[in-house]
Amino acid sequence: MARIAAIVTTRKDEAAGGAPIIHVADRERLKSVSNLLEKALDCAAHQIHEDMIILVDRHQKNR
Amino acid sequence: MASWLSGHPDLAGVALGTFFGASTRILMLRSDYRQYPAYPHGRIIHMALGLIAGALGAVAVPALFNKDYTAITFLALAAQQFREVRNMERNTLSAIDQLELVPRGAAYIEGIAVVFEGRNYLSILAALLTSLAVTLAGWGAGIAVGALYLALMLKFRKGKTIRDIARVEFADVRLDGPDVHVGGIYMMNVGLEANRRIIAEQGIGFVLTPKSDDAKVTLANLGQRQAILHDVSTRLGIYRDDGEPALLPLAKLELASGKLGLLVLPRERDRDKAMMAVTGVPLLEAAVRMPTEANRRKGGA
Repeated sequence: MARIAAIVTTRKDEAAGGAPIIHVADRERLKSVSNLLEKALDCAAHQIHEDMIILVDRHQKNR
Repeated sequence: MASWLSGHPDLAGVALGTFFGASTRILMLRSDYRQYPAYPHGRIIHMALGLIAGALGAVAVPALFNKDYTAITFLALAAQQFREVRNMERNTLSAIDQLELVPRGAAYIEGIAVVFEGRNYLSILAALLTSLAVTLAGWGAGIAVGALYLALMLKFRKGKTIRDIARVEFADVRLDGPDVHVGGIYMMNVGLEANRRIIAEQGIGFVLTPKSDDAKVTLANLGQRQAILHDVSTRLGIYRDDGEPALLPLAKLELASGKLGLLVLPRERDRDKAMMAVTGVPLLEAAVRMPTEANRRKGGA
């Protein structure tokens, strides 16, 4: 099963739960932080809506 | 030469049988775009095994004619050896597969391993038939039978490809916000602007329409889909790197119609070559299903 590795959002009230939530100030920061996290975690970034991106871990060993 | 061959029928049978057995194996051993067996050491292994297969098949006939029935156990021994070949191929390819940007997948590897084993048996059969012909009807007949076998082999060695089961067409890669579509089939959600741009620029889309109900099942097989992605990526290169999880060539079904949407990110954006690569992908034995045959009732209807 895929796992949410991190949530990056500008709207802090919309995300809660087990994955690390990274709160950013604006959409520019959202882009740059997600980009960095995608490369660092090797997890694909998926856009939920314009203010929230989740990083999804699909590595075999985590299944 | 001719008189020597007539004077030593047993030896002639063994020599000609071995020759045609080994030639069969060598003819079927091609280093093509799959780059397997790896040139040159992988080839040496398979040429040596082909020679052994040929010799085993060729020796069996004269031995049996001399009422040496234990010779048949050699063939059993050979079968054991060639099952080992299949294991060897499977292990090697599985190990390599973990380091591929676009893996072959277990189904493709199994297909290749089975072919390697099967071809050794074909080479034994060639040696057996040639040797039998020499023993029964002289060395001239042996050469004729051997040559005929080689010719048949060349004709039938090609298996079926995607071309036989599906109509392949180009389709536009369309980005709708984060969603990537190929010919109207939803593929994936891409979060980053940079990746979307790369997919829009580099991506080539295909839609594979199955030609029959059986073909629908085959195209839906995950192993077959992975084989298509691997082959296309090998032939055209791949715009991808480790640590770029979003740049993934992908195949997804349109559930309602059974069509397969294909998104590839080739390094070489040559549409004709891409088309050739997709249509030329071999059908995997493991993926071919015949539900229409299985469900056919006896006595029509």
